[in-house]
Amino acid sequence: MEYVFHWNIVFQKMPQLLHGAFVTLHLSVSAMLIGIVIAVLLAIAKMSKSRIYSLPATIWVEIARNTPALFQIYMAYFGLGALGIHLSPYVAVLSALIFVNAGYLTETFRGGFQSIPETQYNASKSLGMSSIQVYRYIILPQMFRRIYHPMTNQFVWSILMSSLGILVGMNELSGETQRLQSLSFRTLEFFIVAAIMYFIITKFVLLSASLVSKKLFKGDI
Amino acid sequence: MIKIQGVYKSFDELEVLKGVDLDVKKGEVISVIGGSGSGKSTLLYCINGIEKIQQGNIIVDEIDVHAKGTNRDNLRQRLGMVFQQFNSFPHLTVLENASLAPRIVKKLKKKEAIEIAKEELNNVGLSDKFDEYPTRMSGGQQQRLAIARALAMKPEYMLFDEVTSALDPELVGEVLDTLRMLSDAGMTMICVTHEIAFAREVSDKIAFFHQGIIEELGTPEQVISNPQKETTQKFLSKVLH
Ligand SMILES: Nc1ncnc2c1ncn2[C@@H]1O[C@H](COP(=O)(O)OP(=O)(O)O)[C@@H](O)[C@H]1O
Ligand SMILES: [Mg+2]
Repeated sequence: MEYVFHWNIVFQKMPQLLHGAFVTLHLSVSAMLIGIVIAVLLAIAKMSKSRIYSLPATIWVEIARNTPALFQIYMAYFGLGALGIHLSPYVAVLSALIFVNAGYLTETFRGGFQSIPETQYNASKSLGMSSIQVYRYIILPQMFRRIYHPMTNQFVWSILMSSLGILVGMNELSGETQRLQSLSFRTLEFFIVAAIMYFIITKFVLLSASLVSKKLFKGDI
Repeated sequence: MIKIQGVYKSFDELEVLKGVDLDVKKGEVISVIGGSGSGKSTLLYCINGIEKIQQGNIIVDEIDVHAKGTNRDNLRQRLGMVFQQFNSFPHLTVLENASLAPRIVKKLKKKEAIEIAKEELNNVGLSDKFDEYPTRMSGGQQQRLAIARALAMKPEYMLFDEVTSALDPELVGEVLDTLRMLSDAGMTMICVTHEIAFAREVSDKIAFFHQGIIEELGTPEQVISNPQKETTQKFLSKVLH
């Protein structure tokens, strides 16, 4: 059997594919940024001595880390739909990715926080800083430096996981590829090009992350 | 003036301060000496309100540190503290280390904060290190930075917790010189220290701390040269050989 590649159709559909790639990038960046903010709060809550804070954070982390991302997307889309809460595919996938990103990053951040000596906190307090200022100016900047690489790994993972949007008919790169190949039956061609696009997106994100880190993180740690 | 009256402090079951009384007048230098684990650091943490107390009062310039309504963040601007660990902020340059708190706590303009920070850094001999990151400096330099950083807040009092204990012996001198300079300038200081010779030289009073109370308090002449209590004598003979 001999497969004959036909690339023309793929090039004709390039605008749609690029749009899909853009949606993927947009989706994963949003899921990452919101996930980071929530994870910082969850990590602080989880370290709290009071169970009112630590318990909900623990439950979030345990569910996010121990159930398939596929289920989380289904829950957000079909599950909430059954309860009468109808999210668009974009919002459903975004929510699920935020949920799982926050869950994984919480543990990363918690490790980061704990690696910073408590004496940094006391030294900052002794200068008259409020607790919020201590976190904002002293603890968070150091924490982010230490967990920067695990955090970018999570970012890449989240980009790849966003391809599950295909399951709820979302128009991100995988969903778009699926739709286009089913119209033309040039399955292999479309998926090869989509794979290359994923590769470029993740490399682009990693490169940006490394440039940002060089700009942001000047001191030693 | 700092008034410490009948202070008790415990960590869960462990009673660390068992009725401490001490007055520190403006301009006085008081050195606190005593064995490790006797509660010296804890006392300093209670004075600036980082640790809570169970009983007694600590009054700083008429402000009750541990009273319910006290704004302790504000109060700490009056009480500089330097620790045994260097505690430089590793992600900030030397100049940023010293100008951050004046800028964000006192809300000074950036230029003004930097002016003050530079002046304090000059005073401790770090004028050539403004743009250096602290982790690239020696322990002695980092400790002088910590002193300048605290002084940049223009505190009324300075609390020093064994600031030379983590230093290599050859670096102790430069930090003690800085403390001497401060005491000459009239700063009110409480120094927890193991440097008995230094304590004798700069202090108006020495407090010997033992198992959570001040066993003996007096001039260096009294406490170091003529200790009355047996525990003081034992401690001194151990540290002076
Ligand atoms: N945060 C804390 N939690 C529990 N115990 C503590 C804490 N800080 C100090 N302690 C205990 O209190 C006692 C006095 O400690 P500390 O004030 O550091 O003594 P010193 O400074 O005189 O060596 C020690 O037994 C120490 O283990
Ligand atoms: Mg101590």
